[in-house]
Amino acid sequence: MSESAPTLTFTEAARAGLAEEMERDPSIFVVGEGIGPRGGNFNTTLGLFERFGPRRVRDTPIAERGFIGMCTGAAMVGARPVVDFMFLDFILDAFGELINQIAKIQYMSSGRIAMPMVLRGCIGIGGSAATHHSGNYYPFFAHQPGFRVVVPSTPHDAKGLLKTAIRSDDPVLFLEHRLLMATKGPVPTEEYLEPIGKAKVRTTGNDATVVTVGAMVQRTLDAVSPLSEDGLSIEVVDLVSISPLDIPTILESVSKTGRLLIVDEDYEPCGIGAEICARIVKEGFDFLDAPIARLNSAQAPIPYSPVLEKAIAPSKEDIASAVLDLLAQ
Amino acid sequence: MRPPDALDFYRGMLQIRNTEGQLVRAYRNGEIMGACHTYNGQEAVAVGVCANLSPKDVVFSTHRGHGHALAKGVSADAVAAEMFGRATGTSNGRGGSMHLFAPEVGMMGTTGIVGPNILQATGAAYAFQLLEKEEVAVAFFGDGAVNNGAFHEGLNLATIWELPVIFVCENNLYATEIAFSYSAGNPEVANRADAYGLPGEAIDGNDVMKVWETAGQMIERARKGGGPSLLECKTYRTRAHAEGMPDVGYRSQEEVASWEQRDPIARHRAYLLAHGVATPKGLEELEAASLQAAIDAMEFARTSPWPDPATATKNVFAET
Repeated sequence: MSESAPTLTFTEAARAGLAEEMERDPSIFVVGEGIGPRGGNFNTTLGLFERFGPRRVRDTPIAERGFIGMCTGAAMVGARPVVDFMFLDFILDAFGELINQIAKIQYMSSGRIAMPMVLRGCIGIGGSAATHHSGNYYPFFAHQPGFRVVVPSTPHDAKGLLKTAIRSDDPVLFLEHRLLMATKGPVPTEEYLEPIGKAKVRTTGNDATVVTVGAMVQRTLDAVSPLSEDGLSIEVVDLVSISPLDIPTILESVSKTGRLLIVDEDYEPCGIGAEICARIVKEGFDFLDAPIARLNSAQAPIPYSPVLEKAIAPSKEDIASAVLDLLAQ
Repeated sequence: MRPPDALDFYRGMLQIRNTEGQLVRAYRNGEIMGACHTYNGQEAVAVGVCANLSPKDVVFSTHRGHGHALAKGVSADAVAAEMFGRATGTSNGRGGSMHLFAPEVGMMGTTGIVGPNILQATGAAYAFQLLEKEEVAVAFFGDGAVNNGAFHEGLNLATIWELPVIFVCENNLYATEIAFSYSAGNPEVANRADAYGLPGEAIDGNDVMKVWETAGQMIERARKGGGPSLLECKTYRTRAHAEGMPDVGYRSQEEVASWEQRDPIARHRAYLLAHGVATPKGLEELEAASLQAAIDAMEFARTSPWPDPATATKNVFAET
């Protein structure tokens, strides 16, 4: 990364990536509610309507199943739709389109029809958004054959991954945590792409590995940083990609630390922690000095009151405590 | 519009009827393992509509889609081989009857789910408009689909954006075995177009010339930027919902017999003779050749190789 990389917010970086791709390829178009002249509920398309016009930056009625099914057909004949769904909760109305159609058409057509579609928008707990605007849901999609799923945690990754997602011939869910959208970071001016399926070690350490994703990455870094004062060194791995999972990077880390904690804002049962745990036990059992631990949100719909909301998601203190418990094993 | 080729329409409908007839035999002797929903009785719709389309135009079909595939130009060999689960099928045997894809001729899939193809055809039309192409998209669906939300959302989206898509409802009166008269508060389909602001028309779907003419006008309008249309073709399937299912208890034998009297192929045969388009001898030769081609398609499928089991996980993603 160049020294002089300007600082952008997560949303600005993703928007710059989208604009670069739309400039490059006229078959890319964006649909969503309020993404036209308004520029998107989260400013994801601010200024793009004026730049690319109404056919490429298209406001839709509130008809998630309709416009996602529509984008399926557009992708089947060679266009490259970007669905800006605002909140991931909203596209559950299109679950049949997603699972039965979008994820399966490449396979069912024996690879003769591509499915170059990006579905991007907000996930995550925070801001008293309550249960219809807070969902994470990504294990659903990682479970199903046919989807790529990425959850970037930095502006740099947001831009590079969105560009890669748009160029992919596979359907990609690009999930943006609400608490990350205004966070800032360096973003190179020169063009770059980030690979889907590659985890990143955010800080190195020898005593334990914490694998995490999305907004939990910074929270985990904040939680483990003070532990260094006690001489503890914790390695933090940012998954970046939920599907495919980068198991080799996790294995390499665990081979060094012998201990693994998975911190995930989504629910525990049948979640990504369960999958990572099974894979590491199978492929790295001899590395482990302690049982693999998980820290997740409590399994309940996400409540409104800040007091209740806070009680659901893992806090910095919860993460630090879980790390210390793991080290005590 | 291109001038009608009435003899070609006959050939097309006969190909569908004969292929279905042979597929039924193959189903009965166990060579077709999965679903087989025949198109018998509805042939005029697929043939009349698709006669107006080029290979670059696209159709999105249903679970009852063999006729659409054949009318759009997919070979009977490839359709049969797919249903026999063979490597030479349209999807190398991984799809079967309800997943027939042949994008090279604009056949964008039969489907096992009622409704989504309405949205997909709308989306293909969106892409054509975006990329400034002259192509049009067609969605075929039954009366069962019009009470599904996809119909509502698709017709509305197509209308507000003036997309080049034709919605062809094959109203055969029954969704599986549920009568449309039971499941719809409004017994008509075509006039639902008024609710969305697009043109709608109901026609005799067993009259191939009428289907060809009306669909042709709608397609031409769409091609010129005039937006979408809804075409209701009143028709009837004369076999059970699916092979292997009994066809009793939900409709009378008298009703079936009355529709058999309106069989689109017999009617068109009479038309050809009455208008001097063909001679009885000419038609008999054509009929014999059509039957033989259908038999040959089954033999092609029967003697085709099975897919390599090692390919079972290929193409889940684009690069694999």
